[in-house]
Amino acid sequence: MSDLLFFTEVTLAGLGAGALLSLTALAFVLIYKATRVINLAVGEIVMLGAYLFFAFAAGLGLPAWVAIVLSIAGGGLVGAILERGLIRPMLGENPISVFMVTIGIGSVVVGLVELLWGTEPRALPAFLGNQPIFLGEAYVSRKIAIAFLVSAVVIAGFVLLFRFWRGGVALRATASDQAAAYSCGINVPGVFSVAWIIGCATAAGAGILLGSIGGISPAMGVFGLSALVVVIVGGLDSIAGALIGGLLIGVFEAWAGTYLGGEYKIVTTFGILIAMLMIRPYGLFGTTEIERL
Amino acid sequence: MAVDTILDINNIEVVYNKTIQVLRGLSLAVERGKIVTLLGSNGAGKSTTLKAVSNLLTLENGAVTAGSIRFDGGDTARLAPHALVRRGLFHVMEGRRIFEDLTVEENLTAATFALSGRGVKPKGFDLVYQYFPRLHERRNGLAGYLSGGEQQMLAIGRALIAQPSLILLDEPSLGLSPLLVEEIFTIIASINRDLGVSMLLVEQNASIAFAVAHYGYIMEHGKIVLDGPTERLTADEDVREFYLGMSGGENHKSYREIKHYKRRKRWLS
Ligand SMILES: Nc1ncnc2c1ncn2[C@@H]1O[C@H](COP(=O)(O)OP(=O)(O)OP(=O)(O)O)[C@@H](O)[C@H]1O
Ligand SMILES: [Mg+2]
Repeated sequence: MSDLLFFTEVTLAGLGAGALLSLTALAFVLIYKATRVINLAVGEIVMLGAYLFFAFAAGLGLPAWVAIVLSIAGGGLVGAILERGLIRPMLGENPISVFMVTIGIGSVVVGLVELLWGTEPRALPAFLGNQPIFLGEAYVSRKIAIAFLVSAVVIAGFVLLFRFWRGGVALRATASDQAAAYSCGINVPGVFSVAWIIGCATAAGAGILLGSIGGISPAMGVFGLSALVVVIVGGLDSIAGALIGGLLIGVFEAWAGTYLGGEYKIVTTFGILIAMLMIRPYGLFGTTEIERL
Repeated sequence: MAVDTILDINNIEVVYNKTIQVLRGLSLAVERGKIVTLLGSNGAGKSTTLKAVSNLLTLENGAVTAGSIRFDGGDTARLAPHALVRRGLFHVMEGRRIFEDLTVEENLTAATFALSGRGVKPKGFDLVYQYFPRLHERRNGLAGYLSGGEQQMLAIGRALIAQPSLILLDEPSLGLSPLLVEEIFTIIASINRDLGVSMLLVEQNASIAFAVAHYGYIMEHGKIVLDGPTERLTADEDVREFYLGMSGGENHKSYREIKHYKRRKRWLS
């Protein structure tokens, strides 16, 4: 096999993993944009989504599509409960305290999952099929290709919603100036809820894809850390940043993992993070203040 | 003769952070269909009064600790800020507060949420563009790149979208050139006349405020010290000295011109 072909395959696999990172990063961005909370529990919601799917599909034996819908809805429900129960009462508190609370939420979710399903890794019921896909001559794993496609469609959907849906305007207005959003009649607490619900539902959906590629375990939430790097690189409040940052990190991780060895993956990720923080502290697409003409 | 008041502030006290008292027994009323101005020096508590009415005070850790505020006959105390907006009370905040990273049109779209659940028909943005043609030219540009005057127009434009019965206007003249101030106040007067929207207008520029307002209140240190129809306030020796005397020559010119406009308007109507 030619070097170029191999390189292409590695890159494609990286793009697939990157799309999942983008999707998870999107959950961070949504929640951060609306509520200015860095939700460190996103990785654990990803994991929870995968376990919910496991419970519905393997445990109850429901058809895959029903299990997918239920798991995503379950993620949304968890988001709603977290927002109303824990985050909203803390609004206006020191951001560090809220940040710590989300870390706490993450640990609790890990604990609950371990109690319910144990600590050993499991495989999700196969529902994506196994036949390989070829792009020209390059081999792509079917699961990774599907993950890429689904992520791309979902992200494109979000971008369109943000631009053209009135609710997208409400979210961006709230992100830009909360008091002014209130003064325009926008139900700001409602926007908070919706952002957490959609964010956590998205994370749960990403979890199903991630789990069906690599299997599930209570520790799979560390994926959230890579996604956190993605949002810091891309800009905490930028959807475009999440998209491009995710692909970038996915591809670089794949290159580093293949050509330098698996132990270099994380080094590369955090290397990019540090470089980015030195060059552009707001991230690639993060908002700096607009200078008025 | 019973007067139809749309806003009735009755003896309120406001405290920030549970410690700093800013309003000390302030009362004022806005008659339906009229422009009422509230004047006072820096830090007198004018913005605080408006935030108490719109309930945006809660966002700044402030609270009305005594007294009551009635808008359109109902007590405002338990209503969330957005719920009040949806009842027809629109607060144009100090410093314009437009959404800088949204386009002009998206800023107006944001204000359509004020119509939610009210059963009124959205009127589209044409009305805003009629009053402010310049916003139409720039409707697809980012609001953050508008000039200060255009941003103020957009802030008032958002209020128009909300089809309110009362607009609270906090220092619309802030940081604008005399010419622009005049343009904007001319439009404020005509919005009031054309649409019958009541307004509570906070200003530091007393001469321009008197030019459009029907009634005025002057406040110091958190309470009202003087009030009356604008004609009487303008004639008052103290007001002339402390509020009108302070404004520069240029403002006098624009004041006269607006006054002139207003007289002509009376003859016409
Ligand atoms: N969020 C806040 N927390 C604490 N104190 C505040 C807050 N906002 C205003 N104040 C204080 O309340 C007083 C009145 O402020 P306010 O903004 O109402 O004045 P103003 O009359 O609008 O003044 P200006 O003409 O400068 O806008 C000031 O002494 C101010 O320091
Ligand atoms: Mg003020």
